Amino acid sequence: MRKRMVIRGLCLALGLMLTPCVWAKTESIKIGLNIPLTGDIPKVGEGSKYAAEMVKEQVKAQGGIKVGSKTYDVEFIYEDNESKAESATATAIKLITQDMVLGIIGPQSSKQAIPAGEINNSYRTPMISPWSTNPQTTQDRPYVFRGCFLDAFQGPVVANFATQEFKAKKAAVLYDIASDYPKGLAEFFKKAFEKLHGPGSVVAFETFTTKDRDFSAQLTKINRTDADFLFTPQYYDEVPLIVKQAHELGWKKPIMGSDSWGSAELMNLCGDDCKGLFFTTHYAAAGAKGATKEFIDKYKQKFRYVPDDVAALTWDSIWLMLKAIQNTGGLTGNIDKDRDAVKDQLTKIRDFDGITGKMTFTPEGDPSKCAVVVKINPKGEFEFYQSVCP
Amino acid sequence: MDIQSFFQNLINAMQWGSFYALIALGYTLVYGVLLLINFAHGDIFMVGAYIGFFVATFLLGSYAFHLPTVLPPHVVFILTLLITMILTAGVGVTLERVAYRPLRRKGAGRLYIVITALMAGLILENGNLALLGASRRAFPDLIEKAVYTVWGVTFTNVKIMVILAALGVFVLLEAIVRKTKIGMAMRAISYDRVAVPLMGIPIDTVIVFTFILGSSMAALAGVLFVSAYPVLEPYMGAMIGWKAFIAAVVGGIGEIRGAFIGGFLLGFIEIFVAAVFPSTFRDLIAFGILLLFLTFKPTGIFGVARAQKI
Repeated sequence: MRKRMVIRGLCLALGLMLTPCVWAKTESIKIGLNIPLTGDIPKVGEGSKYAAEMVKEQVKAQGGIKVGSKTYDVEFIYEDNESKAESATATAIKLITQDMVLGIIGPQSSKQAIPAGEINNSYRTPMISPWSTNPQTTQDRPYVFRGCFLDAFQGPVVANFATQEFKAKKAAVLYDIASDYPKGLAEFFKKAFEKLHGPGSVVAFETFTTKDRDFSAQLTKINRTDADFLFTPQYYDEVPLIVKQAHELGWKKPIMGSDSWGSAELMNLCGDDCKGLFFTTHYAAAGAKGATKEFIDKYKQKFRYVPDDVAALTWDSIWLMLKAIQNTGGLTGNIDKDRDAVKDQLTKIRDFDGITGKMTFTPEGDPSKCAVVVKINPKGEFEFYQSVCP
Repeated sequence: MDIQSFFQNLINAMQWGSFYALIALGYTLVYGVLLLINFAHGDIFMVGAYIGFFVATFLLGSYAFHLPTVLPPHVVFILTLLITMILTAGVGVTLERVAYRPLRRKGAGRLYIVITALMAGLILENGNLALLGASRRAFPDLIEKAVYTVWGVTFTNVKIMVILAALGVFVLLEAIVRKTKIGMAMRAISYDRVAVPLMGIPIDTVIVFTFILGSSMAALAGVLFVSAYPVLEPYMGAMIGWKAFIAAVVGGIGEIRGAFIGGFLLGFIEIFVAAVFPSTFRDLIAFGILLLFLTFKPTGIFGVARAQKI
């Protein structure tokens, strides 16, 4: 008797699980966020989540998103990928097959975005990675898009800037060989710099592995060379350690970074050591205008710190996704068909006016956008220094 | 490698090895007395670093509730070290009370206690993650950093302090274990855990004392570590803890000299391999060498063979 009750209960529970639409009042569009809420770069996940919350608020204020003749709510599902490649694929599969999302935003860093992109592509679900700059993320994957420029563009920007600004003829590089993003970017930079100054002009090309805390041996080697500046395309949790140890070992020449430096957390961790350094990024918060300023002010008021590039790019990527959903002209309710329609619409978007610049996707799913070189000013703000367009 | 880079890397390796040595001492002390591999020790190091962070920021007056006077930074540093060592010793003793002692009382095999230690380490890591979140924290600069360059070799006052602290701790622990009564009791327990209590030695007191020593050394290492590498994260103790354990085994676990030499040896190998080869070879070569050491001397450099399990 009791066993039968248990079975009945289970059937009831199963029924409820399978029919979520029955007990939801208005229909909602589900978008998954595959982001690093814990792990090495939790601030990146936090920024992405906050940006999504702001989108949600704005959609609510507008009274929902109109797709064809129907109005929908937007529902974001935040899933933590722990900043690990294997968790990012598991998270993508969960979002696609269990949560039945229409599209996915993220993962943010290339190390997770490259494997997760593969999953999204094979499950035919549109994905926009707001922050992944490695070319492999979108290569030969019609369902995968990104919201930022590529490392193949960023590498030469760094090389040109250093040549003009520091009059650099020789460069040193220190990067994490076990992570796709630093490795890819370091190689693109090396290629670009050697094209400008001839082979052998990158006099030190030193590596370490993720989670290393001591770089003294590598930095000693770099110190012994006659490099004019050090390029280190690392994440915000490693940059302070690298910069501080370089200074402790007597390095006085410039150090330059890439878009992974641009986290709101960098200056909390790095302090005075990072002031006066340059890095390339997607937008500069100090001195922004128009819609960008509006976003920054709103974010600052709500979360009490200046949003970093990840937050801005995530904001743009989500609106891109919503725009594509609107452009489908109506959802059928058949998730496979809808996902295909959203993907088709994403490729058709022209001159999307985002807060990080205008976006039009190439057939690979990459927008062509300008890069910004930012200087960290004495107050610790990221100040606009120069803009470089393709 | 020219002679200046050699000396530069020598100093780098001394600092890096000091941390391994300080943590390895904790493994070796507990093992020497209880024959227990306290796998939670790396995480006690992490807890020490976090306690140090909160003590330091409190003393600097970063919270609403703060001290009436403003202390100079070096006084804050010394106070931070002392308070952190005391508090972390408390954590170590609590761990022993809650996790290890009940099992020991029930006469559980050593294997179960080792697994409990592994679990305790994971609980500390993830407890910290749940309690404080995944955000990195920056340890405040308590000591005004001074960079000296002597004959092309550059070092900071923090580096010198770390190396001196490791040497000082070594001398202190050797003295405690070799010269004092409680040290003698510690050594006696490791020889025979059945006979020693019969001689009227309070075995639990000695074990608590051992945990106090080991944990406070981990706290010292934690505060010094974040002074040198000022980014705190919940998993910072895991990798360095494992490596320090290997250092302790290579030196001969249970021997204080062994932990000390093993820690420095590992530090030297790691830094010099990274200085000569690409960094991807570092762990491969480092642990290859250590494996060779163990092949020829399975009990470690200073270890004495004993019949035992686990």
